[in-house]
Amino acid sequence: MRTIYILWLRQIKRYLRSKPQTIGSLAQPVLFLVAFGFGFGPIFKKAGGGNYIDFIAPGIIAQGILFTAVFSGIQMIWDRQFGFLKETLVAPVSRFEIMLGRTIGGATIATFQGIIIFFLSLIIGFRPYNWALVPVSLFFMFLIAFVFTALGTAIASMMEDFQGFQLIINFLIMPLFFLSGALFPLNNTPWFIELFSRIDPLTYGVDGLRSTLINVSRFGLPMDIFILTGVSILFLSIGSYLFSKIQV
Amino acid sequence: MISIIEVKNLTKKFKDFIAVNDISFEVKTGEIFAFLGPNGAGKSTTIKMLTTLLSPTSGIIKINGFDPVKNQDDVRKSFGIVFQDPSLDEELTAYENMDFHGVLYNVEKNLRTKRIKELLDIVDLWDRKDHLVKTFSGGMRRRLEIARGLLHHPKIFFLDEPTLGLDPQTRNQMWTYVSDLNKKEGITIFFTTHYMEEAEKIAQKIAVIDHGRIITQGTAEELKKSTKTNSLEEAFLSLTGKKIRDEEAGGIDHMRMMRNMWRKK
Repeated sequence: MRTIYILWLRQIKRYLRSKPQTIGSLAQPVLFLVAFGFGFGPIFKKAGGGNYIDFIAPGIIAQGILFTAVFSGIQMIWDRQFGFLKETLVAPVSRFEIMLGRTIGGATIATFQGIIIFFLSLIIGFRPYNWALVPVSLFFMFLIAFVFTALGTAIASMMEDFQGFQLIINFLIMPLFFLSGALFPLNNTPWFIELFSRIDPLTYGVDGLRSTLINVSRFGLPMDIFILTGVSILFLSIGSYLFSKIQV
Repeated sequence: MISIIEVKNLTKKFKDFIAVNDISFEVKTGEIFAFLGPNGAGKSTTIKMLTTLLSPTSGIIKINGFDPVKNQDDVRKSFGIVFQDPSLDEELTAYENMDFHGVLYNVEKNLRTKRIKELLDIVDLWDRKDHLVKTFSGGMRRRLEIARGLLHHPKIFFLDEPTLGLDPQTRNQMWTYVSDLNKKEGITIFFTTHYMEEAEKIAQKIAVIDHGRIITQGTAEELKKSTKTNSLEEAFLSLTGKKIRDEEAGGIDHMRMMRNMWRKK
């Protein structure tokens, strides 16, 4: 427990000290929210989709969490390059605890980013349909954050440096985001988009957030929770296996 | 005296390359032992195997009586280490780096606070304890790493090329700390170096390693006597047929240099 706690605390301290990074990683979601929200809003309404800001706000929250989470997982590469990873690897603690501590730390930060985006969306005019369900959506934010921090850590365990980073962003993270239904409804999309979106864990995260924030759901809350929990266990297992294989 | 480190017929292969080739040696409790050899001789690979970071291809290792493959945690509790490359968290303060280490090694809170103060005093960093490590010079970082490695009262202290990249003054200062600790706390010191004078001045026993093999071992006097030479430098030349610094800077050194340049930006 102490191992998990101290690794978590380290992540939080680093996060609180890197304000430029915090603000920088908020810029993109806010841009999406404003540009898409106001840009596509009128068309969306005309097409009978209702209020577009309400529709994309949960999607953009998920986006912010996705990027922060994957990035904090991948930041392990820095630790490897700057040597700090070795300090934890020679300590008399289990690799699983190290991995779990890092993941919970990264997930906490990503959740926090999600909460900030939630508040920013309130300024733009977003309103959750039922404030009593906001704590449940917080739980969802953490689930999404956990899934993708674990994924980031798993990827980082296989990478020696940042060479492949761009590849991962363009071929994994961007598709995960675009095909999750964060920006557009997935009803009546071609079958292959539909198929990909069903494989994409973020789809269930976005669905869970919409379900709790605007009362719109495709799969229903229990299904969303079930799938996200399953995927987080899966990613955590893969991640800790790969992490245990790291040799420095 | 009892041997705290025992190594028998240790070999490490990376695919076709043999990094460490059938080496055997013993380090007695309380001894200062130097692993002397040029870059790429297999020094760091050996340290990694002794400290559970790499598993050997074959051979036997006993650290404080434990096997690094089978009893990882017992081995890990037995030693402290200063790596060749820095391994501090630069975004944390000196104190936080120490505290992190203490928690990982399960040093109880009161003892931890006391020990951190004591060690940071020894390495003259107590007044800088709340500064971020990224503001520290190379010498200060190295001192902090030494203090950190000793926090959990290890029986063995590994130092992998601890003076690489330090100026002569800082180097002397560092060895003074380490020798004092060896005398005061009776810690066994195992260090690698490619500086002759360091091995000769600091170590009680020296193993000369080249191309993954231990060529000879003994006290500096014994090495000189056996090769009928007056200095360790000449002894090394006569043993390996070359000067220790003849070796070109390898790829890893080049990489380190590049990284240091980037970090200074």
